[in-house]
Amino acid sequence: MAELLAVRDLTLGFHTDAGLARVLDGVNLTIDRGQVMGLVGESGCGKTTLARAVLGVLPRHVTDISGGSIRFKGRDLLALAPDVLSREVCGRAITFIPQDPYGSFNPVFTVGTQIMEIMKWKSPRREAIGWQAGMPALLQTYPAERRRADRDAVLKLLDAVQLPQPEQILRKYPHELSGGQRQRLMIAMALLPEPDLVIADEPTTALDVTIQAQILGLIRRLATERGVAVLFTTHDLGTAYEICDAVTVMYAGQDVESAPTDVFFTRCVHPYTDRLLASLPRPDGKVAGIPGEVPSLVTPPPGCRFHPRCDSAAADCRAARPPETASGAGHRVRCFHPRVRAAA
Amino acid sequence: MNAILQVRDLQRHFPIRGAFNRQLGWIRALDGVSFDLIQGEILGLVGESGCGKSTLGKTIMGIHRPDAGAIHFEGINIAGLEPRAHRSVRRHLQYAYQDPGASLDPRWKIGRSLHEPLIIHTNLSTAEREVRVREILRAVGLPEGHLDLYPHEISGGQQRRVGLARILTLQPRVVILDEPTSGLDVSVQATVLTLFRELRAAFNLTYMLISHDLAVVRMMCQRVAVMYLGKIVEIGPTADIFERPRHPYTQSLLAAIPQIGGKRITRDFWLKGEPPDPGKLPSGCRFRTRCPRAEALCAETEPELRLIGAQHAACHFAELDSLRSA
Repeated sequence: MAELLAVRDLTLGFHTDAGLARVLDGVNLTIDRGQVMGLVGESGCGKTTLARAVLGVLPRHVTDISGGSIRFKGRDLLALAPDVLSREVCGRAITFIPQDPYGSFNPVFTVGTQIMEIMKWKSPRREAIGWQAGMPALLQTYPAERRRADRDAVLKLLDAVQLPQPEQILRKYPHELSGGQRQRLMIAMALLPEPDLVIADEPTTALDVTIQAQILGLIRRLATERGVAVLFTTHDLGTAYEICDAVTVMYAGQDVESAPTDVFFTRCVHPYTDRLLASLPRPDGKVAGIPGEVPSLVTPPPGCRFHPRCDSAAADCRAARPPETASGAGHRVRCFHPRVRAAA
Repeated sequence: MNAILQVRDLQRHFPIRGAFNRQLGWIRALDGVSFDLIQGEILGLVGESGCGKSTLGKTIMGIHRPDAGAIHFEGINIAGLEPRAHRSVRRHLQYAYQDPGASLDPRWKIGRSLHEPLIIHTNLSTAEREVRVREILRAVGLPEGHLDLYPHEISGGQQRRVGLARILTLQPRVVILDEPTSGLDVSVQATVLTLFRELRAAFNLTYMLISHDLAVVRMMCQRVAVMYLGKIVEIGPTADIFERPRHPYTQSLLAAIPQIGGKRITRDFWLKGEPPDPGKLPSGCRFRTRCPRAEALCAETEPELRLIGAQHAACHFAELDSLRSA
């Protein structure tokens, strides 16, 4: 499969009152075309920051990007001019499904108004029908011909996300819809610009388990049908197992292990991943948490950031960050002392 | 089998009000809930959001006044007691809130928050309270230095521990845990759940665990009650409910949990739609609008809880095979 997104050695931090918080430290992430990649980690590990960095929506004045690259379809997004980025990438080739479908709509406009507003600027037909080149954005009109084509596309997609009576739904206000319906609308809005990559930031955390099962099935099916790649951040390993083709685990701003889903859940070798899987509640009642706390990002431990909590840590872990080593097809680990698994 | 808490036909209805405070209808948050909490057990209470789990917990605590029904705690009916009379009950019946950070005063040090319940409920001197507070802090696994910290200076897992310590200083007999691990990471969740178990053994506690996380409930509880729109639709021993769920709603809830290493549920999850508007409940069985097994009988008569195998289920067709195998 062709490589769609390649994040290489991305290092960035935020200026805070306490100093520079080093939120991402040399992160690598690769997504192929049409692949559903899970980005898993505990809260504060930097998965949302990474997702937002790819989307290019980090607050510019406090973010300090000190190295690395984000290559999307062969272009480095960090080097792209802001106007090119907003015209061709943000909301067009890369779109976003938020965690909280409640806070993501404007409560005073109908859903239809808000969707058509997106389509005015981000429709895939924008340049083809009635675009006035050279006209400033504020003076751009929304030609009736394109509006009709866009509206047909909207209704078709609302049908595809299994919202009954799409025309009535477009006339409703956000508070008249349930959480599941709002999240379906969010998925529809993310797919309308016909993107190559959808970033879904914990899209099912706020939903009930039965609705979650429906939404996960929907995301998986639409991504497969349309060949859209998905970057799916989650802290729930169960949902990652459900819909991801491959999983990348992050800890305190570093990527630690990346593997195809079936390999990940059976033959993971990084000590952190191993402990994370052991913390899942099991019917037999045996659980083991990870002792200690997630380190402060202002003063992170040197080398591998997991070493203060790791049971196989040694002097080399403190000295330097382990390089990426291959441990099988598509399976990359960053650890000097990986768990040894009996040959499966 | 000694029931420490008996709930009988408990009802709590909230009015829906429109313009000019006109009453438009009722939300039946609790609509005839009955169950027993056995001394020393952990009873799980599961269901989707809006099904009345938290209302049940809060009504038992006396935060909401029940509209009808009885709550017998250690033999005394505590439903609808006057606030003053309720205070002595509250010492022994405690409620752990969902968000541990929000239930601590951000301007108080942890030590002061821990002293407060003792000041309200006991006549201990400052020195005696200090001894009790330090004792309890050790029991929940926090260093004594934390007494001088503010809530924002400690992590979510530690705030959860402080919340528990606050409750346990009064030596309660029943603790209602409302979503005790929501918002915690799995590694922290595991340590908090282990702590719950240790404290139960050490303080001889009985828990009612309200959760939407079925994996946690399966691991922690001896018995489970499943709620749907204000009613218990199935109640029984955990092992029986998880192995042979009788109610179609329980079956769909269980089928919706992602199972690592198991079959992917996203391929053929059969429950469609969302719960109906609680202000406009369907006639007969509440679940019939989403139930794949619904027939004319379900619209006419509401099924009552009845004993099938080891558990009670409220379904006309509970004897049929599970939908999962179909």
